[in-house]
Amino acid sequence: MVPNVKDNRPVNLDIGTMRLPITAWASITHRASGVLLFVGMAVLLWLLDVSLHSAESFASLSDCLDNVFAKLVIWAVVSGLIYHTLAGIKHLIMDFGIGETMEGGVLGARIVIALSVVLIIIAGAWIW
Amino acid sequence: MVRAVTSFGRSGLSDWLLQRVTAVILVAYFLCIGASLLGGVSYAEWKSMFEGTAMRIFTLLAVLSLAAHAWIGMWSVGTDYLTERLMGKTGNVLRLAYQIGCGLVIFVYVIWTIQILWG
Repeated sequence: MVPNVKDNRPVNLDIGTMRLPITAWASITHRASGVLLFVGMAVLLWLLDVSLHSAESFASLSDCLDNVFAKLVIWAVVSGLIYHTLAGIKHLIMDFGIGETMEGGVLGARIVIALSVVLIIIAGAWIW
Repeated sequence: MVRAVTSFGRSGLSDWLLQRVTAVILVAYFLCIGASLLGGVSYAEWKSMFEGTAMRIFTLLAVLSLAAHAWIGMWSVGTDYLTERLMGKTGNVLRLAYQIGCGLVIFVYVIWTIQILWG
């Protein structure tokens, strides 16, 4: 029987030894931001709850959000939302068959990362 | 191998479509919230905004979309990393516990939202 050449090929599946392409980083960050948002949703719901409860709680929330740590938490959640949304929109565009090549994927990842950085900085400026 | 017994719609294609439909709903909702917060809001404006039936329906739709979207997303992550292949038998136990945890958190988010809107 002719040996299957595929069986003799070297296999390297230890992802830690590989230099990941930008598309991989874009994908991992999409996942990580999704998990962050899953947890961050508790913060957003808490904000909604306190902000709608009464005029007093709304005012106390405004005071609370002057705190640097509170601003950082909000900024982190908003950043996750910005990145996850842009990466998701990229996915939807690719679902229509646009940018599915290697070059398209790299370009898409670059655009998503660059736009996210800009929007995250703007969001930070808005929060402060 | 991880079989898709715990996927949201019991089918990869159904989950794929739901993930996209719910994503669009969530983007629309967060843009709506973002737009109303951008210029700053008073308590009276904010309160009356969430007293309208349309906004309540939209918010409930958003949290239900989130429930499906988060389940499908967390499922994808869990079934990639908490597996028998990567962790041995403990992977299966951990994944089950993780999925029960995710389900509970999602349940709390949905009920909490209903209470915020109509409580």
